[in-house]
This record gives sequence, C-alpha cells and structure tokens, in this order.
Amino acid sequence: MSNSAKAEAVLALHRFGMGPRPGSLAAVGTDPRGALIAELDRPLALSAAASLPTSAKAYRTVADANARRAARAKQAQQQAKKQQVAAVPTAPGDQAQAQAQTEGQAPAQGQEKDAAEMAAKQAADAVPDPGRPIYLQEAKLRTEAALAADIGFAERLVWFWSNHFCISAYKIQSMSGAYEREAIRANALGHFVDLLLAVEGHPAMLFYLDNLGSMGANSIAGINRSRGLNENIAREIIELHTLGVRTGYTQDDVISFANVLTGWTLVPPGDNPEHGGEFTFNPRLHEPGGQTVLGKRYEQEDAEQGRAVLRDLAAHPATATHVATKLARHFVADEPPPPLVEQMAKTFRDTEGDLKQVAITMVSSDDAWRGSPSKLKRPSEWGVGMVRATGITVVDPTRFTAGQELLGEGLWRPSAPKGYPDDEASWIDGIGRRLDIANNFAERVAATADPQGIIEDVFASQIAPEVKQAVGRAESRQQALALLFMSADFQRR
Amino acid sequence: MGFDNHLPTRRELLVGSGALFAWSQMPRIARAEGRDPRLLVVVLRGALDGLGAVAPVGDPDWVGLRGDRALVLDGKPPALPLDSFFALNPAMPNLHRLYKTGKAAIVHAAATPYRERSHFDGQDVLESGFTKPGATASGWLNRALLATESGGRVDPRGSRALGIGSVTPLVVRGSAPVMTWVPQKLLPASEDTQNRLLDLYQHTDPKLATVLQARMKLASLGGAPGTGDPMSDDPTLMPPGIARVRAYFAEAAGTAARYLAKPDGPRVGAMGFVGWDTHIAEGAASGQLYNLLGALDGAFAAIESNMGEVWGETVVAVVTEFGRTARINGTQGTDHGTGTVAFLIGGALTGGRVIADWPGLKSAQLFEDRDLKPTTDLRAVLKGLLRDHLRVEEKVLADAVFPGSADVKPMGGLVG
Repeated sequence: MSNSAKAEAVLALHRFGMGPRPGSLAAVGTDPRGALIAELDRPLALSAAASLPTSAKAYRTVADANARRAARAKQAQQQAKKQQVAAVPTAPGDQAQAQAQTEGQAPAQGQEKDAAEMAAKQAADAVPDPGRPIYLQEAKLRTEAALAADIGFAERLVWFWSNHFCISAYKIQSMSGAYEREAIRANALGHFVDLLLAVEGHPAMLFYLDNLGSMGANSIAGINRSRGLNENIAREIIELHTLGVRTGYTQDDVISFANVLTGWTLVPPGDNPEHGGEFTFNPRLHEPGGQTVLGKRYEQEDAEQGRAVLRDLAAHPATATHVATKLARHFVADEPPPPLVEQMAKTFRDTEGDLKQVAITMVSSDDAWRGSPSKLKRPSEWGVGMVRATGITVVDPTRFTAGQELLGEGLWRPSAPKGYPDDEASWIDGIGRRLDIANNFAERVAATADPQGIIEDVFASQIAPEVKQAVGRAESRQQALALLFMSADFQRR
Repeated sequence: MGFDNHLPTRRELLVGSGALFAWSQMPRIARAEGRDPRLLVVVLRGALDGLGAVAPVGDPDWVGLRGDRALVLDGKPPALPLDSFFALNPAMPNLHRLYKTGKAAIVHAAATPYRERSHFDGQDVLESGFTKPGATASGWLNRALLATESGGRVDPRGSRALGIGSVTPLVVRGSAPVMTWVPQKLLPASEDTQNRLLDLYQHTDPKLATVLQARMKLASLGGAPGTGDPMSDDPTLMPPGIARVRAYFAEAAGTAARYLAKPDGPRVGAMGFVGWDTHIAEGAASGQLYNLLGALDGAFAAIESNMGEVWGETVVAVVTEFGRTARINGTQGTDHGTGTVAFLIGGALTGGRVIADWPGLKSAQLFEDRDLKPTTDLRAVLKGLLRDHLRVEEKVLADAVFPGSADVKPMGGLVG
C-alpha cells in the first residue's frame, strides 16, 4: 500500500470510524470509501443483546423493585412505631398517652418519627436498584461493539443518532440502553421518518420529555382533573429533532402539536405484568378534535394524528438541512463545507430521508476528505479509540462509564435534550483530564501494549515524526503510551 | 476500558489462601536456618543519574565535568560526605543516616549487561534478568522465589510475591503467584510527562499547547490547598506537585513494607517509581532530581519504620535501567547513558561503604566518551543478595535466575 493510501485509510478510521485497531487497516484496504460504504450493509443488531431485557421489561423490573421497596419501608415503619408504643411506660392511663404519641401529638414525636423513617429507609435500601446493573450491561455491550467493529462507521452513526435523539439515564436509567437498541440502532440506516416515529413513540422518550401524563384540556381526564398539557416533547421534536431552531414555527404550533401528542404514554407497570412499560395510546388523555400545525390541519383520530404530523416534519426541507448540517459537523468539521451539507441535504430530500444514502453521499464526497484533521474527537470517541489501539476488546463497564463521566460525556447522560455538543470549544478545556485518564490507562496496559508496535502496525506509521520521536524517547512504556494517546494525531480527526 | 481509575481503589488481590500457610512464604533454606529474610526491589524507571545522586567529589575531573551543576561539599546545600571520595545528594538525609550506621551501601559505576540506550529495552534487561531485551514473561525475582521453594516447584498453597502498583513490575512477574496492591493515591501524569506533552503540542498543535499550558500554569498558581482556588479540590485538574509525589512514594513503599513485615505476608516484593528521565533542567542540587531523590529518601524512611521488628532481616535493592551522560547537555539536563548507582538499604546489610571500581571521569575513561563507564555488573550485586540473603543456590542463579551469567560471580559480604 502506498503512503498516501495508508494515510487515507488511517483518516477513514479516525474520521468516520472508531479509530485504528489491530487489523483495521487491512479491513479498510485500498478503497476506504468503498470499505466504509460496505460496512453499512452489515447487520447493526447486537447479537449478544438477546440476554438483555427489553425496555418495557427493564422498566417493569425497576417498578417491581420500587414496589417492594415501598412495601418494606411501610412495614419497617409500622414495626418501629409498634416498638415505640411498647417501650412507653405502662402506668395506668398511659395507654391513651401512648396512643397520642403514635399519632404525633406527644412532645417526643420528632425523634420517634425520625427513628421510624430511618428504619423505613434502611428497609428500602435493602432492596437493590436493578436499573444500575441493567445500565452497566447495556454500556458494556455497546462499548464492546465499538471496540470490535472493523471500522466502526455504522457504530458511529448509532452514536450520532443516539445523541441527536438523546434521553437521559439520570431520569430513566433502566431503559437508556434498550432505548438505543430498540429505537436508534434498529433504524439508524433506514429512513429518517421511521427513526423519528420509533423514537418519539418510545416510552423512554415519552418519559424523558414528560409526555406520560400530558392531557388535553378537553380530554376525559383533563375535564376531571386539574392537571393538563405538557409542551416539552412537542417543542423539542420541532426544535431539536426535526426542523431546527428558528425555522419559522410559532408558539401556537408547539401547543397544537402538544395537543396532538396527548395520550402518547406507556402502559402502567403495576396493573400489567406482561405489557407494563410498553407504548400505548390512552384516548382518555387525548385532546379531541383536529389541530393545526405549521399551517396544516390534522383531523385524524387517536395516535394516527401524531404520526401524520411526524411524517410531515420528517419530510420538511428544513429537517433535511438540519440533519445534513449536524451529520457533517459531527463527522467532518465544526464548520462543514457548505457544498457537502447541500449534497447531503439533497440526498435526504431526493430519497425521502434514506439515512444510509445520506451517509454514502457524505463519504463519497471529496469535501468530506479534504483538509488536515482539525476536528477534536469527543471524549467518548477518543476513549474508545485509545482502547481499540491496544487491541483490547473487553471492558469493565463501571470503570469505562466512570471515565466518560469524568470527561464530561457520561454515557446516555447529557444535561439537556440538545445532547452533547459537537464543537472543539466545548471539549478542548478537558484536555488536562484526558491526560490523567490516558496516563492511568497507559499504566494499566503498559505491561502488554507496545507503543512502537501500535505506531507501526496499528497506525501504519501514519503519525507525526515529532510523536514518534517523543514516544521513542519516553522514560517508560507508560509514558510513551500516554504521550501517544494524547498526541494531536490521536485527538484530532 | 481503562479509562478510569480516578475513583481511587484500594485493592488487594490475594492469590491462594495466605494466612493458613504462613510457613510457605519463607524461603525454604533460610527457614531451616531459623531466618526469615525479606527482599524488596525498587525499580527507578527513566534512568537515574548516578553522578547526580552520589557525586565523586574526590575525583579531580568532577567539577570540570559538571561545572556549577556539580554536587560539592561546600555547595548550597552541601553534599553529604560518605567517604573521602564520594558524597551523597543533600536531598537524602535518611539514606545518609542509614549509611553512617552501616545499614546502607551504595554501588557505583554499575550497569546491567545492556549497552544500548532505550528505556524499554533497558528495563526489560534489568527486570527480566536476561542478557538481551525481548519478550520475557517472567522476572528474576519471581524465578528466584521459585528456586527457594520446594526445590523449584511452586507450592500451590501459596508461595507468593508482592507487586505494588496497578501494573505488576516485570521483575516480580512469573509463575510464582503474585499478590498486588494498588496505592490509594493514584499518581496523575507526572510533571515530566506534562512537559513532554507540552513540547510535543508546541511542535504539532498550538491550540492544544495553549490549553495544556494554561492548565499547568493554573495548577502551579492555585494548586496549593487552602488558597481558595476552586480547582484545588479536584485532584484530576492538578499536575502533581512534589508534595503529592512524596506522599505517593511514601504510601507505596510504606505499604509494601507493611505487607512484607506481616508474619504470614509475602517475603519478596517489587515496585517501580517513574520520573527519572531528566533530559531538561535536571536540578540535582535543587530542582527535579533533588525533589525526586528527596521523595525516595522519604520512601526509605517509610520502609524502615513500617518494617518494624523485621527491619533487621530486610534488604531493599534500588535499581535503575541505566545511567545518564557524564556531561550536562544543552538544556541543563543529561541524556541516556550507561553506568549508574544502585542503593542497598536494610537492617540485614553490611553497609557503610560505597562499592566501586572507580573508572575515572577523563574523556578517555568515559564509556564511548560520554557515559560513566560501568565497572561493576549489577547482576553480581543482585546474585550476591539472592545467594547470601535468600539462600538461592549459585548454580540456580547462573542458570535460571540470571541465565547466561555463569562468569558473573556473586558479590560476597553484602549481608551480615
């Protein structure tokens, strides 16, 4: 392979894949664009995911644990109160006083109440939270898929869409991994409209953006209750997921769309051990009648009304531009070349949002390959790239997710529905933390990872001479690896 | 992956069921004599400047060689006299005290058989015990431990070695089981690593250089506790000041000693300290090297005090992969060289002397006209310790522990 072919192969791995790993250069071969496109034809599903619960099952598991916790807490609290009653001196007439104490009228009530609450809390804590282990298993599977991928272009697309349509594990931990598998991974290379329908109808998203209890003012539930409409999901779908901010929609559009989406909720887990946690349309919450969104009247009944609006949003030209811009910004440059964005938006429009075709347009365009690597990798990409370079394919998810957290990009934990940012300014100040992480990782792998071997075999020596020199002169393998992982060649793509 | 470990972990992975088989920890022959010797090996990674640690103040060419960077008896601070010829770096008062009481010895102008100048290869030779670098799965200390047990067979019930650090040093790896302990204080990237990275960025990526430099400056301004700097609470944002390095060295070494001191604990152990590759602004008399040697001196004190009653049966061997150039380079540092020092401390030593066949410092006396010429084979020293302290047989030392070293005679009289 010529030097320029090697350089393009390495660039392909950094820019569009998960970074070079042993054997990945051979996988790219002499036709990087063709290899990237070929990877999109392989199945994206995670075969090992069969052992993981569906989002609904995960949700039910947590709900069950919560119910057990509440029951234990109640029991413990009652027991603590009984003991207090028994401990009260039993002089004649004290019975009434003891009774009064338990009802909270005696002077010592505060203390006793605390004791009962503490007992309740202890009893509750004895029931472990099943959400955390599920999250960790999901994290392990997802990370190992990224480590094992030959190139990782398809995995990068999953990550991209997962961030575009983010939810937060802070709010809905048990479902966070299953959400990505069920809604994102299953549709990341399909048509945008199917991805959008899967995402917005997923219980995790409805939970995350507060739609579960949203009800129309004139719905059956709304008439009887003081609660009402929640606009959150409607606004974020328009502003973040489809058209983009400042694309001409109004507050009235948001309210109408929110009304359209009333009734999109999930089956309560308590009364349905088989389907609890699954999506359902609840007509009792739904605002009856037609709605006007972006100038178009929607008269459909039930959930079809919302689906119709989502289909139109997916087909809107502003959505094509918004999606093309974000994709190009993520993969190519903070300020992507306008012709590239336009080519991708055109493909989106011409193919009814075929996301595989949009991805192919991107990697087929010379504009996506020009220029020296200026894009600063996000912490997650950098971290996975570092592990890949050493050939390690198995991770400890506790450690891995803690590291991502420390670097400010906790897995499935962005601080807002906008997801993690995709520009250098947001991440460059974290370089110091990356150094500590790199140093630490280097210490742990120094016994088995050979820095020179990584440069020659994994990177085909496509790395700045200054880096080679610094690695060669390092005082230990650990230091050599830390410098390599921290080099601009490793940080930028 | 590995990125993590910022949640400080304190783990102890015990192999086998230690406490029940305390006797098996003790080298077999020594046990028969009623002794219970301990041996700790400390590897200084990066190549220690032996001349900056132990200066030949009596050599007429010394000051000419290093100029105002030379350690001298009337320097500021003054070097600590060892004998009429050598003086110790002033950062090491503990070592000086041990030396004066016969519990420390220094070997000078020593080297492994390795004659190139690559750190990795040099460390491979130093720790593997082989004459050439290359892949080896075991270190000489582990193989020596095997030799002391049951005629070379590993006692499955738990003969074991101790490794300190999240990576077990090669010297102690091998088929005899190793228990490892990871210090609670994880050492973030050293100042040296940060400086090298900064230099790399300055040549390749000015933006990253600016950010890294700002971080280093911030840490040096506001890193001290109690300054009210919000950053000071977050250890991950600070490069380690020397105080943190000292704390790390002392904790790691002190813990190793505590384990070795236990009646049912391991009897041999190894650990590594990084940071000795002083290419720029070496600062032997005040600065980088002075600070590191001070931290090492603190580690010696921690070992002595934590060994407690068994200090008298203890030997600590402090070794490095090679030395540094005899002359100062263009950036007030020293480059990779050959001959250097080894420190031996411990209550079992017959110390109080500098062991050296001094080669001299004139140009023609230097190795390749640049390095202190090695005149003592480090393997002779180590073989002497293993034979006389742990009672490993000479033939085993020559064949299995340091293969191909039959003509390197064990140095006698190191332990009493």
